[in-house]
Amino acid sequence: MKKIGVFVCWCGSNIAATVDVKAVVEACKKEPNVVFAEDYQYICSEIGQNKMADAIRDYKLDGVVICSCSPRMHEATFRKTAEKAGLNPYMIEVANIREQCSWIHKDIEEGTEKAIVLARTAIAKVLLNAPLQAGESKVTKRALVIGGGIAGIQSALDIADAGFEVDIVEKKPSIGGKMSQLDKTFPTLDCSACILTPKMVDVSAHEKINIFAYSEVEAVSGFVGNFTAKIRQKARYVDTAKCTGCRACMEKCPSKKSLNEFNAGLDTRPAIYIPFAQAVPNKATIDPNACIKLKTGKCGICSKVCTAGAIDYEQKDQIIEREYGAIVVATGYNIINLDKFNELGYSDCKDVITSLEFERLTNAAGPTKGHLICPSDGREPKKIVFVQCVGSRGLRPCDKQYCSKICCMYTAKHAMLLREKHPETEVYVFYIDVRTPGKNYDEFYRRAVEQYGVHYIKGQVGKVIEKDGHLEVQASDLLADEQLHIDADLVVLAAAIEADDTARKIGTMLTASMDTNDFFTEAHAKLKPVESPTAGIFLSGMCQGPKDIPDTVAQAGAAAVKVIGLLSKDTLKCNACVASPNENMCNGCSLCATVCPYGAITYVDKEFRIPGGVQVRRVSQVNEAICQGCGACTVACMSGAMDLKGFTNKEIMAEVESICK
Amino acid sequence: MQNLKLREKIEEMSGVSVLKCMRCGKCSATCPNYDEMEFHPHQFVYFVEKGEIDKLANSKSIYTCLSCMACVERCPRQVEPAKIIEAVKLLQIRKQGNNHLKPEQVSVSLDPELPAQALTSAFRKYSK
Amino acid sequence: MNFTYYPGCTLKAKGKDLDIYARKCAEVLGVTMDEIKDWQCCGGCYTTSQDEIATKLASVRALVEAKNNNTELLTLCSACHNVIKRVNNDMATNDYFNFRVNNYLKLDQPYNGEATVIHYLEMLRDKVGFDKIKEKVVNPLTGKKIGAYYGCLLLRPSSVMAFDNPENPTILEDFIKAIGATPVIYQMRNECCGAYCTLEDKAIPKKRSDKIIENALSKGAECLITACPLCLYNLKVNGGDKIPVYYFTELLAEALGVK
Repeated sequence: MKKIGVFVCWCGSNIAATVDVKAVVEACKKEPNVVFAEDYQYICSEIGQNKMADAIRDYKLDGVVICSCSPRMHEATFRKTAEKAGLNPYMIEVANIREQCSWIHKDIEEGTEKAIVLARTAIAKVLLNAPLQAGESKVTKRALVIGGGIAGIQSALDIADAGFEVDIVEKKPSIGGKMSQLDKTFPTLDCSACILTPKMVDVSAHEKINIFAYSEVEAVSGFVGNFTAKIRQKARYVDTAKCTGCRACMEKCPSKKSLNEFNAGLDTRPAIYIPFAQAVPNKATIDPNACIKLKTGKCGICSKVCTAGAIDYEQKDQIIEREYGAIVVATGYNIINLDKFNELGYSDCKDVITSLEFERLTNAAGPTKGHLICPSDGREPKKIVFVQCVGSRGLRPCDKQYCSKICCMYTAKHAMLLREKHPETEVYVFYIDVRTPGKNYDEFYRRAVEQYGVHYIKGQVGKVIEKDGHLEVQASDLLADEQLHIDADLVVLAAAIEADDTARKIGTMLTASMDTNDFFTEAHAKLKPVESPTAGIFLSGMCQGPKDIPDTVAQAGAAAVKVIGLLSKDTLKCNACVASPNENMCNGCSLCATVCPYGAITYVDKEFRIPGGVQVRRVSQVNEAICQGCGACTVACMSGAMDLKGFTNKEIMAEVESICK
Repeated sequence: MQNLKLREKIEEMSGVSVLKCMRCGKCSATCPNYDEMEFHPHQFVYFVEKGEIDKLANSKSIYTCLSCMACVERCPRQVEPAKIIEAVKLLQIRKQGNNHLKPEQVSVSLDPELPAQALTSAFRKYSK
Repeated sequence: MNFTYYPGCTLKAKGKDLDIYARKCAEVLGVTMDEIKDWQCCGGCYTTSQDEIATKLASVRALVEAKNNNTELLTLCSACHNVIKRVNNDMATNDYFNFRVNNYLKLDQPYNGEATVIHYLEMLRDKVGFDKIKEKVVNPLTGKKIGAYYGCLLLRPSSVMAFDNPENPTILEDFIKAIGATPVIYQMRNECCGAYCTLEDKAIPKKRSDKIIENALSKGAECLITACPLCLYNLKVNGGDKIPVYYFTELLAEALGVK
């Protein structure tokens, strides 16, 4: 006869206040096979664990049921203790009488009754449990970083510095991301390029880092420690091994009308281009939508002026397949489309611009060499209005519900720098709340107000009209209870940020969960902030939610540490709860292989002895190193041949019967 | 005077919740008739939240809303102040003898060019 | 193409032109407008209060007619379009409202918002197609710089009207291009003209109209077009005749050679 021990935890008053733990112990004692039952205040404590180990040894227990919090919290703890005490860790069952019972009930009688049912159910299951052994899988000691902005750069550098190989996949021709477009950075006002470009150079020079620029991840398969990624290296029509980055082609290219993405569309670039001076890699790319040669077959000027002979109009996309142990997602962000916010005039008034455009207009490497002018006619603006929260914190379909977090600080920065450089300029900031938590942040904002005389007005802008070459801004001043009409030269909109449009595709590829805003979800909001719930996937930067550069760099480093921890292992323990087919029942229908999201199931032809001879049948086979134990196959299997170890059909039916008793 | 029952009534009639307001002032920023109002759209929301509805109901402001729906469209929080203003106004004109516009007031000033639509709309807005 | 047509009061009196030209153009474009026999006034203004029932019954009757005719309900006046479309939305989405209306009307079959309300402009865009109109133009208004005046009623609230992007609409501009003229974009095109306030205090629509017209003139508009008789009145009469204002159907008729 199997001998079962039961522990009932008080969890302080978390459980004990709504569940009569003594009554649960008494009820459990009456269950068949239970030879021991006890309650204790904190079973997860050292004393509690010792009690459990002692009971396992003293009563020679074959199985243990712990009535406590969710198994997500402490199942691992209890399993380790059982193993130390000589019991197979899979002979432990946790009955969740906290999250699923005490926390949701107010009446102690109801709570106790339910706790007893849950305990009885766990006992029914543990009686059928079989000892399981987890297998091992090897770890590929290379990391993939998706996205080459500051988040991806920092994660890659940290992982590579620890001695592991890293591939960065960046969809644009150069790494650098949004940070490379910024002028100054808050709260210290150091130049963005000055602090970013050394890191870009480090990445480029690092022997452990491989950059796949102008490339996109197309498919990912495998599992933690053993991912395989297909990377599409888009045709640049330039042989990067030969291109010296001399830019002679850019000067001579006759097609110069494409909007310059790097300057937020404020000026144009040639069809063959290197996006900015410090680009990494410093190699040219031909934009196939603008190149006359690629579109009409006539031209070819770049090929004639290129002394290195790097131009290759015949170049095709290449697919590269590489293996990785861990993946860092650093897909970053964009600002929202402002088409639905045109009461602010962005779509048809040239002098209504976004903050990112403002960055380019004040950047020495920007289209105006840092000379701030009105895009409409080139005059210097004398009155500038900043509008906060455009598209953030709203509930309409066009709005984002969240606070974009960075706008209050960068607007204070813009306003301050403006007043510093052009003290004669009047600057207004319309705000709902000024949100500046962070080290030296509120002080920074206050400086804009007190030292630089920026007019902060509590209210919003309701309408912008362009008339006779200037802007009429209609706004509310809530504290004065007035409607203001300001004649402005320039209006700057702090547009909400959103997850990059590739994020959803990549999330699906990685089976990494995302929220409704397409931000990646962390495994635990507080305790696992850089891990995706999908093992082996780590999160870095804005892809997880709005954050500024300091937060991004901190998170990028944290993600790197997690990757390093993973890659420093030679093998990983696999999940012991894997699928296993009963070959005698399998009819070879392939349904399980079709539904398996991990590609863990294959089919083999196998010989079976039957009365009077041998029969060859096609049967299912599970690769235990790949199986993640999701159970999809067991549900799909028509003949009932597929079972999940640790969660067998028999065990689950026993639980159901016990609940219904 | 706080009157939470009246607040409930206004919320029920207008179908919007004043508690959603984040006090951004977009409604009063966008209101084309702001200057003609004693109480402004954001104040309608705030006073209803506080249950101080009487002073709104007794103000001329309830008749100066143009129902242009600019605040409804542009309110990021879907509080939609015009609907609240309309509810307060209805509370008032639904009381007997409280019609704001009476037929005898109109005939004198009638412009031969004025479309019928102006009359029907005004009576619908101002009278019961 | 057949539609059940709801003209509304104004189009039978002061706003006749809007209706007359629309009918002439419809003929050229192969569109049949079957006027509802005993239509009733929509009230001109939708009451947002959820407990208003009686003022919305006329709209429901028109909607039921369209449903029974098995055609879409065509509107032309912006105000009627706004009222009827919003009432239809109430019938489809507000159970309590629907229950009370059906309970009162005692129709053979309860009405649950099955009809589709379509504005003449939407009909031009989605059913006829601006490209087709371009082909039928015999008298293109080449070189004419026209400012589209949308006003409020066609666009807002966009969650119900779903007419166009409420802050950056293009349907009238596309229409202007289709008749060979040049659209002038000005920001006040979707701001209120002062509406029914003209009855009490003409100063309000005057101020509103002045602002709209100033903005349109500064952008180079030579005339304005609208789909709303009250907008036309305010811009013209209260705006002090500073700029010609036409119904869009009048210019369409001119371009199609049926004026």
